Amino acid sequence: MTHHILEMPANEAQVRALKVGDTVTLERTLFGIRDATLMAMFDRARKTKFDLQGHAVVHTAPNVKKVPVSNENPGGYIPLCIGTTTSQRMERFTRPLMEQNGVRIIIGKGGMGPDTSKAFRDIGGVYLAVVGGAAALQTTWITAVEDVDMDDLHPESLWRFAIKNFGPLLVAMDAHGGSLYTKVQDEAAARRSAILASIGAAE
Amino acid sequence: MQLDPKEVEEVAKTLYIRALKMLPRDIKQGFERLLRSETDATGRAILGTMVENIAVAERTKNILCQDTGIPIYNVTIGRNVDLDGAAMKEAIRRGCARATTEHPFRSSVVHPITRKNEQTSCGTGVPIINIDFDGRDETVEIEMIPKGSGSENGSFLQMLIPADGAKAIKRFVIDRVIECGGRVCPPTIVGVGVGGTSDLCMHLAKVAATRPLGTTCADPEGAKIEAELSQAVNELGIGPQGLGGRSTSFRVHVEVGATHITMNPVAVNIQCHSARRANAVITPGGIDFK
Repeated sequence: MTHHILEMPANEAQVRALKVGDTVTLERTLFGIRDATLMAMFDRARKTKFDLQGHAVVHTAPNVKKVPVSNENPGGYIPLCIGTTTSQRMERFTRPLMEQNGVRIIIGKGGMGPDTSKAFRDIGGVYLAVVGGAAALQTTWITAVEDVDMDDLHPESLWRFAIKNFGPLLVAMDAHGGSLYTKVQDEAAARRSAILASIGAAE
Repeated sequence: MQLDPKEVEEVAKTLYIRALKMLPRDIKQGFERLLRSETDATGRAILGTMVENIAVAERTKNILCQDTGIPIYNVTIGRNVDLDGAAMKEAIRRGCARATTEHPFRSSVVHPITRKNEQTSCGTGVPIINIDFDGRDETVEIEMIPKGSGSENGSFLQMLIPADGAKAIKRFVIDRVIECGGRVCPPTIVGVGVGGTSDLCMHLAKVAATRPLGTTCADPEGAKIEAELSQAVNELGIGPQGLGGRSTSFRVHVEVGATHITMNPVAVNIQCHSARRANAVITPGGIDFK
């Protein structure tokens, strides 16, 4: 149970050093991505202008306000409320996002499945759990919308955020096959029979 | 009482914004109860973050969660109210769109096939407007629910048969809660519909999921299942965000409807911990936001 501070981007060794149960705070840069962005990138072969090598992406579609581009708001948007969406829907995109774009960290809620775990092990990646629904708090960790790509997909554009003290986040899936979600699911499955019996619903 | 569509439009706009920003008191009390009983360290930390988020949203006047949901308006019309129903529905729609563009916040509503977002939180059939009647004199109550998608995706219907009995209903609920794990943003309110037709059953589950904490199923048999399941789901160890602990759900809520002699339907609709609702009561004396 170690706390890590990562100045983004991170390298493979830094990411492989993270273990399930550790906590992480990210600094500097974070990208926002989700369903429509990933479908555009990997189902319709759209290329992003951003270099995602070694970076972290958060599963999000933010609430923003359009403003003129300025030094304070270089992306032309003020962040209003930026939270995290359920990750499981994006399961099939983890491997291509890592292989083709070099992403190393996925931030989300609810966890991801075995394909993601395998991609993390093969390439070197981790899943950091943020508290879903705690978006007002998460927004205070984001200092600006730095830039945006594929904004025709708004709000499911590809966002580049400037961040400060983004965390603590819990390492919930690591590069060594560890997953807190699988552990909890296995325990729930093991308790199921006794619980059903206790409410007169045994099979 | 004459219901003014302009007033309804303003109320519909205000309710959407209020619902997104302020959690109802019963849900805040629900968090306090869970914090008293949670023993898992990760679970306690996550509940603490959720409570902190409620305070940050209030302090920064921000919305609680980025998911602005599918907007639902439940309108209850009392006695001696004179209104143009079509104008009222249009007014609600305009208020919903204005909340989205004027506040502004994210429109989460798209065409189901083209996936086009009109950026107004409106589309065919959305906002969802449910209309009912009650016996209150010169009163119209409007409840607004922004139903978040993480938990709405935790929706299930099973047309069981009579021979499966009530135990299959209970089994169905437990299995769906296990299946959903952390994806539905626990701690949740698990809404269960029992009986009816397929559509009524699903609707009952939604009513159950969005009922205030502290309320009980009016049907005694439904209330019994509700109590059993409420205890059972918190023995599963899924916990806040599916990362372990006791606090899987605030409560399981059951709603019951009569069904056919050949049928035994059960539906599950889940509400995430950001269980947002806002109400306004319109009377000749004015508008009271609750």
